[in-house]
Amino acid sequence: MEQRKTIVIDPVTRIEGHAKITLQLDEQGHVEDAHFHVTQFRGFEKFCEGRPFSEMPALMARICGICPVSHLMASAKVCDALLAVRIPPTADKLRRIFGLAQVVQSHALSLFYLSSPDLLLGMDADPASSNLFGVAQKNPALALDGIRLRQFGQQIIERLGGKRIHPAWVVPGGVSEPLTLLNRDAILGALPEALQIAERTLEWFKGISEKFREEIATFGNFPTLFMGIVKHDGGLTFYDGKIRISDASGNVVADGLEPARYSDYLGEKVEPWSYLKSTYYKPKGFPEGIYRVGPLARMNVADRCGTPRADQELAEFHELQRTAVLSSFHYHQARLIEILYCIERMEQLLNDPEILSKHVRAFARPNELEGVGACEAPRGTLFHHYKIDEQGLIRWANLVIATGHNSVAMNRSILQVAKHFVRGDRLSPGMLNRVEAVIRTYDPCLSCSTHASGRMMLRVELRNSGGEIVDQISS
Amino acid sequence: MSKPRLATVWLDGCSGCHMSFLDIDERILALAEKADLVYSPLVDTKTFPEEVDITLVEGSVSNEDDLHKIQIVREHTKTLISLGDCAVTANVPAMRNPFFTKEVYDRAYRENVTFDPGTPNQVVPRLLPFARPVHEIVPVDVFVPGCPPSAEVIFYVLTELLEGRTPELSAKTRFGA
Repeated sequence: MEQRKTIVIDPVTRIEGHAKITLQLDEQGHVEDAHFHVTQFRGFEKFCEGRPFSEMPALMARICGICPVSHLMASAKVCDALLAVRIPPTADKLRRIFGLAQVVQSHALSLFYLSSPDLLLGMDADPASSNLFGVAQKNPALALDGIRLRQFGQQIIERLGGKRIHPAWVVPGGVSEPLTLLNRDAILGALPEALQIAERTLEWFKGISEKFREEIATFGNFPTLFMGIVKHDGGLTFYDGKIRISDASGNVVADGLEPARYSDYLGEKVEPWSYLKSTYYKPKGFPEGIYRVGPLARMNVADRCGTPRADQELAEFHELQRTAVLSSFHYHQARLIEILYCIERMEQLLNDPEILSKHVRAFARPNELEGVGACEAPRGTLFHHYKIDEQGLIRWANLVIATGHNSVAMNRSILQVAKHFVRGDRLSPGMLNRVEAVIRTYDPCLSCSTHASGRMMLRVELRNSGGEIVDQISS
Repeated sequence: MSKPRLATVWLDGCSGCHMSFLDIDERILALAEKADLVYSPLVDTKTFPEEVDITLVEGSVSNEDDLHKIQIVREHTKTLISLGDCAVTANVPAMRNPFFTKEVYDRAYRENVTFDPGTPNQVVPRLLPFARPVHEIVPVDVFVPGCPPSAEVIFYVLTELLEGRTPELSAKTRFGA
């Protein structure tokens, strides 16, 4: 009897969270199907029940240590809606700077700490040196740039919020403390160096991406919809705006959608083999309603970035493909353009004469029983939705997280990569590393996506249908 | 003499403790001179190594995988560090403990779903009835509270242990710090 085999990559390494990948082979040993399994789950949507809404920003930030600022922001925006206040203009701007700093540090983590080993040392590099330390040996300047850029973002978060991870500075109605002159000038002083790092990394990346033609052709290179929040003028934003959805040809299919009405146009589906839910665009149904979010999607949906250098780079980015830019490999370049944008945009905001205003918080009692808050997290659109009772205690919550929007696309991407590179009759680390590398392009945050967290280790086994191990890779 | 072997493990936490570890910034390269990072989210090691001198554990023990994993980690580690409030007290993950796991699952996978509701039960590990701190499952040698402990504290702990001293933490960090 022919035996069908399954390849298990457990866990996927150099991603933010715990996951495994299974590849199902046909009788000839060709990859037939692929699944990305997210294996941890915590249950924030339930255990917040009965707690005061004002606790939510600090609690929800604990969903994720990489992008706590996005959760703080989305959660605080729900709270603003519950208070039914308009936050002071300076608080709005300070929150924006906070969010931009986080995008820089999170993108730097993804590109330098997690993906640069694949990009610098190659997809087939020895797994023993495929890490930041291997990068530091081959190209110390690149590793130091990555460390410095992440530090730059984290230091801004610390200057504004008091600590680098889980600051409690964003609160219902605004922020808890104004920006001091000293901190404003210190942040402004750090911008030029960060901009230089972003510029030279982008040049480096564009230089090496030639070497990855086969990966560009197969790393999630297929038509999907793209979704992101854009400003009223169609420009890039991370903090506030309306939802835009565009298609693979680059045409806008839905615009000006209210984030608060997300459940009208987005559906959530359970896959029995993953704690990560799959989100889809309701008018097209599942799975035709597949869409992508995050840097690639934002570059595809936004009309412009709105800052000079980022806009030049965006124009060049669109030359990669006349339609929407489809390959998920290009997430990396999109991420670098966003870093440029964030640095340029922070400079504009910090030079605003209002930025040092002491009026940074609006106070009120809850005036609404239900609210939605949305923002663009580094990885894509993030929604928080809470209902409270008359006492302000949480009765119900729903969180729709960036990585969930990409779930269908990530599964389809690993299938595309595996079909192209993986040969079932013999396994090599490089083959399977590419399956993981396409996941890294999405920079999934699995702590976020299941409101859970993960850990990393790689074990690869080839089992026959009886569950017997027939081949395995170990370190 | 070979360098001391260091590992970092991520159970049920938010990754914030690992991010705080990365917040030692460029000192991570100097640390790599003093110790080998043999297992961590940052490196592609495939199985937990046989002999590890120091392991930092982030997160509580919340599901079947965590339970299995922490026992392997303990067995192969000389000095086991509970890093951060989730490892030390179960902290945020333990907030689900007053609820039945079914209620927690149902909110996410039955109520807040528009298509194919049902609790995932293939491949994924089941939640344990309660999220537990690490020391309730295996003996722990050093406790480092904080949410997360600061980069300075983590660097201090590692430096002291690598120098053969016991870190004194009472004045340096606290729960919720």
